Amino acid sequence: MDGLGKRFEATVALDDVTFDVRPAELFGLIGPDGAGKTTLFRILATLLLPDRGSATVLGLDVVRDLWAIRARVGYMPGRFSLYPDLSVEENLRFFASVFGTSLEEGYRIIAPIYRQIERFKNRRAGALSGGMKQKLALSCALVHRPDLLFLDEPTTGVDAVSRRELWDLLGELKASGLPILVATPYMDEAARCDRVALMQRGRVLAIDAPAAVGARFPRPLFAVRARDRYALIQALHAYPYTASAFPFGDELHYSDTRRDLAPVAIAGELRAYLQSKGFADAEVTPIRPGIEDAFMALMGTPQEAAG
Amino acid sequence: MTAVIDVHELTRRFGRFTAVDAISFDVKAGEVFGFLGANGAGKTTAIRMLIGLLTPTSGRASVAGFDVLTRAEDVRRRIGYMSQRFSLYQDLTVRENITLYGGIYGLSDAEIRGRGEALIEELELGHASLERVAALPLGWKQKLAFAVALLHRPAVVFLDEPTSGVDPITRRQFWEMIYAAAARGTTVFVTTHYLDEAEYCDRVSIMVDGRIGALGTPDELKRKYGDATLEEVFVRLARPAA
Repeated sequence: MDGLGKRFEATVALDDVTFDVRPAELFGLIGPDGAGKTTLFRILATLLLPDRGSATVLGLDVVRDLWAIRARVGYMPGRFSLYPDLSVEENLRFFASVFGTSLEEGYRIIAPIYRQIERFKNRRAGALSGGMKQKLALSCALVHRPDLLFLDEPTTGVDAVSRRELWDLLGELKASGLPILVATPYMDEAARCDRVALMQRGRVLAIDAPAAVGARFPRPLFAVRARDRYALIQALHAYPYTASAFPFGDELHYSDTRRDLAPVAIAGELRAYLQSKGFADAEVTPIRPGIEDAFMALMGTPQEAAG
Repeated sequence: MTAVIDVHELTRRFGRFTAVDAISFDVKAGEVFGFLGANGAGKTTAIRMLIGLLTPTSGRASVAGFDVLTRAEDVRRRIGYMSQRFSLYQDLTVRENITLYGGIYGLSDAEIRGRGEALIEELELGHASLERVAALPLGWKQKLAFAVALLHRPAVVFLDEPTSGVDPITRRQFWEMIYAAAARGTTVFVTTHYLDEAEYCDRVSIMVDGRIGALGTPDELKRKYGDATLEEVFVRLARPAA
């Protein structure tokens, strides 16, 4: 992708997006609703024309070579887009036939996923549970043995158990040599990718290996714990050196505006401040920033401030 | 503290399938209660019974002091509800949505004006109050929908996956709104697939195949199963229904 841009009336959906996905890479597009992930997929899958910039997929141009691209990529859109009145097996046979192949020819590649739902092969697709629909949709995107896989938010609205199963499957597909571009709003899933692009409001904020993204966090970071978390957040918001204070699981992540002070010294001062505010049990520990910390720092202003 | 939600052996069958299987629990006033479970475990069916939209097959439940079966109208007047899928009217403006819901909840014109202004100011939505809701970013919509669900000062507010797809900063601002509502005494009953958010709850339950598989404070559950995070507890317990 080179300088891709797309507008919908006044909304800039994609703004100068440039990156590349390497052979056999599992590449994650990480960003919330409205980041531009779906627009990007639609351009790469040749369903939408870019306003500016260019992109190639498998060496083919997304505008000029659309038919050649369509035959060789598998695309699983974010919304369930199978035929609800066809059975599981009928959907698979249909998608295979569209690409001039058959379920039997594609069986080997879809087997690790399809076997999990095969006992329901005569059930209407519309009657499947959420997790099973995802597995069927992934099978349909793979049945023609594509050279590249696009997955738009395959885990949105899916419970934590099914999410893990799906990422295990993506790991297996990647190991077989299939490059995968996958979008997700879940920051924790970024760790399963080789590289990620963090996206927000049509722009790429950063591209890096997941472990390296955290290092982009610009300030000292601390985990803070105390029993009354809501009061603790309010106390941190009132502290003069607070750069950010956000709940993270069962603790708060706090970053400090003082770059010239050693983390240990900051932790000591903050602990003393919290104790003076009545948090006798306050614990303050320096920590290494993760992807979500970095994403939030790179977002700069949240959606609210953008107006 | 008294129970604002009191559920006893609540059951719902669809034909031969038991979606909710004799669940019992209670939620106290001002508590933030996380209602977790895999897709298909029965959460939505249970919530629909608690908000008076679905008749239980057996068992009983009371919400805000009223039986959900015999006093569904009284229950509905005392609860707020929002979900990712249904919250606000997309083609109405922010202000029109507030006026509409205020009217549905039976507020006077003066109350709607006063509370509506306070709400818009609190959410810093002044510049967008005449915009159609459809034009707002998802995070704003969800914060607005939550504030609207609180407009009539309900005893309990039910939030069904309120933060799905919302950016990480707005997700946390949303939770600060939840804490603030709970601090004012509103009971918050919330579902989520973000298990870091489950850690923010006072107590959580994990539904497994129609039953309550675990119930307790996040610390109690982590200690009981020897896991570092609720996500690990969840994955251990919540096998998705076939």
